[in-house]
Amino acid sequence: MMFNGQVVVVTGATRGIGLSIAKAFAEQGASIAICSTKDDQAKKVAADIGSSFNVQTYGEGVDIKDFDAVGRFFDNVCDLFGQVDVLVNNAGITRDNLLLRLQKDDWDDVINVNLNSIFNTTKSVIKRMLKKKYGRIINIASVVGLMGNPGQSNYAAAKGGMIAFSKSVAREYGKKNITVNTVAPGFIETEMIESLPKEYLSNIIDNIPMSRLGTPSDVSRAVMFLASKDASYITGQVISVDGGMYM
Amino acid sequence: MSISKEEVYKKVKAVVVEQLGVSEEEITEEASYTEDLGADSLDTVELVMALEEEFSTEIADDEAERLTTVGKTVDYVLNNLK
Repeated sequence: MMFNGQVVVVTGATRGIGLSIAKAFAEQGASIAICSTKDDQAKKVAADIGSSFNVQTYGEGVDIKDFDAVGRFFDNVCDLFGQVDVLVNNAGITRDNLLLRLQKDDWDDVINVNLNSIFNTTKSVIKRMLKKKYGRIINIASVVGLMGNPGQSNYAAAKGGMIAFSKSVAREYGKKNITVNTVAPGFIETEMIESLPKEYLSNIIDNIPMSRLGTPSDVSRAVMFLASKDASYITGQVISVDGGMYM
Repeated sequence: MSISKEEVYKKVKAVVVEQLGVSEEEITEEASYTEDLGADSLDTVELVMALEEEFSTEIADDEAERLTTVGKTVDYVLNNLK
C-alpha cells in the first residue's frame, strides 16, 4: 500500500471532496487525522474510516479560523501519531453574491475559513516537516481562483491567495524536501454545488470541454499523486482537475 | 546542575559545524551566522531548531532572531538554561 506508515491530515473532511481524499489515503494504508467544524461529526467520520479501512484515525472539531485551536489540533495529532507526512488543506465554504450585494461578513468568513486557515495549519506543521526533512502539502483551491467567477469575488480571492501562498512556501522549503502544490478542482458533484440553480449549472456544463461535472474521486486521485513518491520532483504547481474548463 | 561556558561553547560549536557545514576553525565567538558562516535565513531557523534539540528547550521566535552570532548564542544558553 502506497501510504503505509504515513500520517495524513485532511481538513474539512466530513463530506464532499475532503471525505473522498481521506478515504483514498486510508485505502492506501495511511493513518488519517481529520478536522471539521463539528466535533461529533469529525469523530464519527474518523471512526467510520478507521473501521472501513482498518487504519488508525483521529477526528476533532476545530475552528479552523482560530490559530491556537489549530495548533492544539496538530499537537494532538502528533501526540497520537508522532508526525505529519501529508497535509491536505481542503476546508472551505462559499458565501456567493454579487459584489454589490456582498456583505462584509460574507467576505470575512470566506477569507478566514478558506485562506487564513491555511496559514494556521501550514504554520503548525512546517517546523515538524523541516525537522524530518520531508513533507507534502497539498492545497485544494478552485478553478475560480484561476479564472474568477461572477458572484464569487470573495471565494476567488481566497482561492487565488491559496495558490500564491503555495508557490511561496514551495520556494521557501523546496531544498528541504517539502513540496507544496495546489489542486484546482472545477465543478465537482458535492453539496457545495447542489445549491446552485439548475439552469446555471447546465450553462456551466456547456462550458466544460468534457461536458460533465467532476466527481470527488477525480480530485482525490490528483491529490494522491502529488503526495506520492511519483511526484517527488513536483512543487509549486497548480494541477487543474476541471474537465478542461481552464487551460 | 550548572554547566560551564566552555562546555556550552563546545556544544554550540558542534551544532554549528553540523548544521552549517563549516569547519571548527572558522568559528569564533564574534562569528555571525549569516555574514561570516554563510547561513541563509532558512539555515538560521534550522540552526535554532537544532539548538533547541541539543539543549532540550524551546527558543521563542523573538529570542531566536537575536541569536545572530556564536557568542550571543552561548550567552543565551548560559542565561536561560541553568
